Amino acid sequence: MSEFGGAIDFILHQRESLAGGTQVGGSQLLPLIGKHLELTGVSVAVAIAIAVPLGLWLGHVGRGELLATSIANVGRAVPSLALIAFFVAYLGVGFTNVTLALVLLAIPPILTNTYVGVRQVDRGTVDAARGIGMSGVQVVRRVELPLALPLVMGGVRTSVVNVIATATIAPLAGVVTLGDPIIAGGVYGDEGRLGAAILVALIAVAAEAVFALLQRAAVPRGLRIAHHTPGGIT
Amino acid sequence: MRRIALALLAVAALVVAGCGSDDDDTTSTAAAPAATASATDTTAAASGQIQSNPDNAATTITVGSKNFTEQKILGEIYAQALRAAGYTVDTELNLGDEKTALKALQDGQLDAYPEYTGTALLSFFDVPTDKLEGVDSQGAYDQVKADFAKEGIAALPPTPFTDSNEVGVTAQTAQKLGLKNISDLKGKSQDLTLYGTPECRQRRDCLLGLEETYGLKFKKFVPVDPSLRHEVLENGDADVSIVFTTDPQIKRDNEVLLADDKHIFPPYNSTFLVKQSFLDQAGPDLAKTVALVNEGLTAPAVQELIARVDLDKQTPQDVAKEYLTESGYIAS
Repeated sequence: MSEFGGAIDFILHQRESLAGGTQVGGSQLLPLIGKHLELTGVSVAVAIAIAVPLGLWLGHVGRGELLATSIANVGRAVPSLALIAFFVAYLGVGFTNVTLALVLLAIPPILTNTYVGVRQVDRGTVDAARGIGMSGVQVVRRVELPLALPLVMGGVRTSVVNVIATATIAPLAGVVTLGDPIIAGGVYGDEGRLGAAILVALIAVAAEAVFALLQRAAVPRGLRIAHHTPGGIT
Repeated sequence: MRRIALALLAVAALVVAGCGSDDDDTTSTAAAPAATASATDTTAAASGQIQSNPDNAATTITVGSKNFTEQKILGEIYAQALRAAGYTVDTELNLGDEKTALKALQDGQLDAYPEYTGTALLSFFDVPTDKLEGVDSQGAYDQVKADFAKEGIAALPPTPFTDSNEVGVTAQTAQKLGLKNISDLKGKSQDLTLYGTPECRQRRDCLLGLEETYGLKFKKFVPVDPSLRHEVLENGDADVSIVFTTDPQIKRDNEVLLADDKHIFPPYNSTFLVKQSFLDQAGPDLAKTVALVNEGLTAPAVQELIARVDLDKQTPQDVAKEYLTESGYIAS
C-alpha cells in the first residue's frame, strides 16, 4: 500500500501503534479532532472579543493606525511556539497556555481588518449618520460595524485557518490535538503522521470555505447590488 | 490554498525548531555552582591524545544524534574527536526520536549515531521487560551488539555512563503519599497525572511497564515535549513525571526519584552505532577514537556537560570541545 493509501487507512481504521501496546488512528482520532476544534474555537472567540472592539474603536476615532499595523506585523513575526515556551514559566503547560499563544496569533488579522474596515467606510455616510443625530456609539453600531463586517469576517477567516494549522504544536505543551501524530512519529508512524496532516489540511480547507460563505453573507443588503463583495485583507 | 500550504509549512518548521529547543531553564539563574565545579576532575583520568591520520581525510563520516541535549553533546564529541583523527565529518544533530534516527542510519543519511542499549532492546528489538530483569550493562550491550550485527550495523563498546528513565515526583508529593519505590504508587496512581514523552505510551520502560509490570493505572497520561519534564512538576501540572538519570542535579533539587523496585528500566549505556560496511572501509581509527573518548564519559561527567548546556547556556559544540581538551584527548 502506498504511504498515501496507508495514511487514509490510518484516518479510517484503528490500528496498533508502531511499537505496539496502544491503539491509534480511526476512532481514536475523534478526541484529537475534538480537542483541535475546541482549542481553535476558544482561541478565535477570545481573539474576536479583544480585536473587534479594539479595531472598531481605533477605526472610529481615526487614530492608532501605527499601533494597529505594528501589532499586526509584530504579532505575525513572533512564533507561537516561542510564546508557548515563554508562557510555560508563568502558566505551566496545558490548555490556557496554548490558548493564549493562539489568541495572540489570531488577533493581528482580525484587528487590522476591523480597523481598515471601519476606516474605509465612506466619510460622507458617517457624516450623514451624525447629521441625522446619531451618537458616536450609534454610528459605530449601525453604520461602521455593518459596513466593515465583510472585512472583519475576512480577518476572522484568516485567523481561523492560521489557528487550525498552528494548533498542531499544542501537544508540545501537553494539549493533545491532531498535532500529536505529527509530532510523535515514533508512536503513530509515517502513515499516521501523514494522515493527521491530511486531516488538519481538510479541516482548514473546510473552515476556509465556511468562512468564505459567512463573509459573503455579512455584506449588508444595501451594498450587494451596488458593489462586488469586498475581499479580506490577508 | 496557497495560504494553507504556507501555514502548514510554517508549522512544520516550528515543530522542527521546537524539537531542537532544549530545556529552557526558567527558574534557576543561580546556575549550578556544584555542577560546574569538577568535570575536569572526573574526566581528567583518561589517557592518550587523538592522533591525526592524513589517510582518513578521504573518508567523510556523517555523525547524527537525536534531539535532546545529551545526544547533541555526544554527537558533537564524536564528531570533533573523529575530525581530530583526520576524518572529514558532517553532522546531523537534530533527528527526532530513536526510530527516526535508526531509519536515517539504515537509509544511509547517517553513517553513525549514539544509541542507548536499553532503547535498542526495548524499542528496536521488542525485548519484553521481564527478560531484562537483572541484566547488567555488559549483558545488555552484548545482546544489542548481536542483534544489530544481524542488520549490518556495528555497535561499538558502550560508555561507562547509563542514562535511564526515572520516575520523578516532587518532595512534597513523596512525603504526602509516603513514596519511596515505584510500587508505592499502587492504589494512589488513579488520582495522579503522569507526564512523559509522546513515545512513553508504547514503551515498556515507561507507561506500558508502569501499567503492566507495576499494575498502575494513572488518572491521566499527558504526552509533552521532553524539555518540559521538570517544569511540569515544578508548576504542579504533573504529579508524576518521567525524567532522566543524567539530568543536572540542580534541576531536581526538589524532586524525589522513585526506586525501580521491579526493574522495568534496563541499562542505558550509550553505544556508537556505525554501519558495518562503512566501519570496514573507514579504517581502524574510527573505533579506536570512539573507544578513547568514551573512557571519560562517566555519569557525573555527563551530568556536568549537560548542566553546562542547559543551565549555563553554552552550545553543545563548545561543551564537547571543553570535554575533549580538558580530558586531554585533543590539544587545547
